[in-house]
Amino acid sequence: MTARVPRVSAATIARFQSLGALMLMVVAMSILSDKFFTPDNGWNILRQISVNLCLSIGMTLVVLTAGIDLSVGAILALAGAVAAGLLKNGLPIGQFDILLEFTAFGAVLAGVSVGALLGMFNGIAITRFQLPPFVATLGMFSIARGLTMLWTGGFPVTGLGTSFGSIGTGTVLGVPMPVWISAALVAIFVIVTRKTRFGRYVYAVGGNERAALLSGIRVDNIKLKVYTLAGALAGVAGLIITARLDSAQPNAGLGYELDSIAAVVIGGTSLSGGRGSVLGTVLGCLIIGVLNNGLFLLNVSPFWQQVVKGFVIIAAVAVDRMSARRT
Amino acid sequence: MSEPEGVKLEARGISKSFPGVRALHEVDLVLQRGRLTALLGENGAGKSTLMNIIAGVFPADAGQIFVDGQPVRFTGPRDARARGIAMIFQELNLVPHLSVAENIFLGREPLDWLGMIDYAAMNRQAAALLARLEIDVAPTTIVDTLRVGQQQVVEIARALACEARVLIMDEPTSALTEHEIDVLFRIIDGLKRDGVAIAYITHKLQELERIGDDAVVMRDGRTVSAAPLKELKHQDIVRMMVGRDPSDLYQNSAPAAGDEVLRVERLSLKHPRRSGDFLLRDVSFGVGRGEVVGIFGLMGAGRTELLETIFGLHSHNSAGSIYIDGAPVTIKSPSDAIAAGLALAPEDRKKEGLVLEMSVAENTSLASLAEDERFGLLNAPAENQRVGRAIERCGVKTPSPRQRVRNLSGGNQQKVILAKWLATRPKVLLLDEPTRGIDINAKREIYILIDELKRKGLAVVVVSSELPEIISIADRILVLCQGRLTAEFGRALATEESIMHAALPRQKVPA
Repeated sequence: MTARVPRVSAATIARFQSLGALMLMVVAMSILSDKFFTPDNGWNILRQISVNLCLSIGMTLVVLTAGIDLSVGAILALAGAVAAGLLKNGLPIGQFDILLEFTAFGAVLAGVSVGALLGMFNGIAITRFQLPPFVATLGMFSIARGLTMLWTGGFPVTGLGTSFGSIGTGTVLGVPMPVWISAALVAIFVIVTRKTRFGRYVYAVGGNERAALLSGIRVDNIKLKVYTLAGALAGVAGLIITARLDSAQPNAGLGYELDSIAAVVIGGTSLSGGRGSVLGTVLGCLIIGVLNNGLFLLNVSPFWQQVVKGFVIIAAVAVDRMSARRT
Repeated sequence: MSEPEGVKLEARGISKSFPGVRALHEVDLVLQRGRLTALLGENGAGKSTLMNIIAGVFPADAGQIFVDGQPVRFTGPRDARARGIAMIFQELNLVPHLSVAENIFLGREPLDWLGMIDYAAMNRQAAALLARLEIDVAPTTIVDTLRVGQQQVVEIARALACEARVLIMDEPTSALTEHEIDVLFRIIDGLKRDGVAIAYITHKLQELERIGDDAVVMRDGRTVSAAPLKELKHQDIVRMMVGRDPSDLYQNSAPAAGDEVLRVERLSLKHPRRSGDFLLRDVSFGVGRGEVVGIFGLMGAGRTELLETIFGLHSHNSAGSIYIDGAPVTIKSPSDAIAAGLALAPEDRKKEGLVLEMSVAENTSLASLAEDERFGLLNAPAENQRVGRAIERCGVKTPSPRQRVRNLSGGNQQKVILAKWLATRPKVLLLDEPTRGIDINAKREIYILIDELKRKGLAVVVVSSELPEIISIADRILVLCQGRLTAEFGRALATEESIMHAALPRQKVPA
């Protein structure tokens, strides 16, 4: 009964496929451009993907429950703007004529909290009011975009100071801060998905919601947590991008939700839920990152980059489907 | 219009297997012009499967169908319809958001000279059909807003609209009012005069006195009798429906009458859409330690709903009280139910019982995962050990606990579900059709397992639509009919005939 059988799941195959595709791309780019395979460019790619990685970890959890979150890009923008605004201007409390000033740490906390709160709203709309995730998060997309404009008045918030800026531009032991942050989040969520009860329940809810419910899993509670986490992680991404640019752009993160869904899907996570992994998503982010970076170094027009990226998404899922049909 | 008398449709040697079950075994059937042939048999006897094959819904594995003496092969219901065969399905096949007329003419819409749907003509023709069926519904009404009985009439209108020469009806009266049934029977009389051959599946034998001509009795996927109804008595039919060689039945051990573990008091469940209608009405019973209580009922009697309601799945619509070990418990969700010591193995293993993408081990530990938590993380050795014990106890045959549960046979999948529940150390086990669709050996193993659990003091409730199964494993049998308990039999007194009598609706169905 304990005999080991070679078990090759569809997810494993997908991961090998993505890994193979990534290595192929790295080799091809190295041949085509002498600037590609250098340590500097390597860090560059990792720094570039760190924002998408934060979003995509949350998106992976959401997609594993057979959901979708279209609001992460907008939440990113609002969280960044709120943190930047509080840091720069503080929070005036009119009645008492008090100005609450924020340290960098306080601003970070506020940014992540805003993200978590909006994510929780998504979760409540989906569980309590039974909205399809697509609709609930589409609504939140518009709400968060609007709130960002209201908060900033449509102007960037700049000049945020060095201690906040170090989140985006600092290095520790020669490794850029954004890379530290995203790597730590990857490590945490690999453990959460593989080694905790919550992680197991996420897979169960996405794999068969009815069976999960009948097994005593509080399905609504799991979904609420998943969307809250996706929002919080979008908040983290917002802080990184704001700190790196030393400015909160009101239309930051436009279209990022699509990049993050692309990374999740390329990484082999099934949009119908229950199948996939955080590590797969890391590969998905790397593939998109290498593609963007390599095409840039090759002086390919950004317009063509978009076209290529689209084909990669379609090809990745098509290959996944074909191999699923064979088994 | 009327055709000569004689054989309209003949099926010879039809066999059909589904994974793990032989549904039909060399079945013959003859449908005559202008006669109604009743198909009788228990749930699972193969009636619906046979009718689905004749209507082209799915192909037979072996055998041949002849229409007007010509051999035919259907690749879909469209083919069958082109040959004049129409079927009224038991589960309604209407598009809920389309109108009555749109549903009646779905796929055969009358077109105008531009190739657009001619709504005026369609609604006019639909209105004529509805008038013929004496139902007061406008052709433009959205189907979703109709009562189930009215939807059934629409379904009948749809079959009439194809001017079928062979009409198959699968329990068409199960939701109709007395008046609607009366109208339907008059229409059936008319169709018979026109020479239409009718196959009619029903559990209500008294209907046949009014409309039936011939009767075919099926059991275990075979035809046991085909004769004109005049030559059969009610008692004969019931005996043929249930009769079986008693030697292959499993006999369980004697009951150990213990204290009452589960008590259900006046449990009612409202119909989710039709107000004033009930799926369960004032159901009360108790189950003792070491006792197996069987619940029998025909399709739609409320069997599954009863277990689901006890398990907290319908807390919004239900009323009544549940006691565990004599103390009242509040169960508003499955997690409450599990905490109270209940476990439910659902009827549809794949849709409700298992996460097919997950491994045997992950499925087994799913309902009791908290026990494997150490400092917030899952302890793999602890989980493996617990899972190993549970799957060994239930006799799950799998190459490895890491095998995906999807790859197991039906019987082993059912054992995984039982293992999952035993891992929660329940007091009461609710089993809904625990052996549906699994092979005979696995069935036996599950019976033995149930018996073992009973001897260890578990209270077990088994819902089954298979009479021999329920008689052989239950210490006490309750019969559900249209949401009410209609009879209770001790182990010694239960016979297949007496149970079937209690399960057949006596009165006409209320509106």
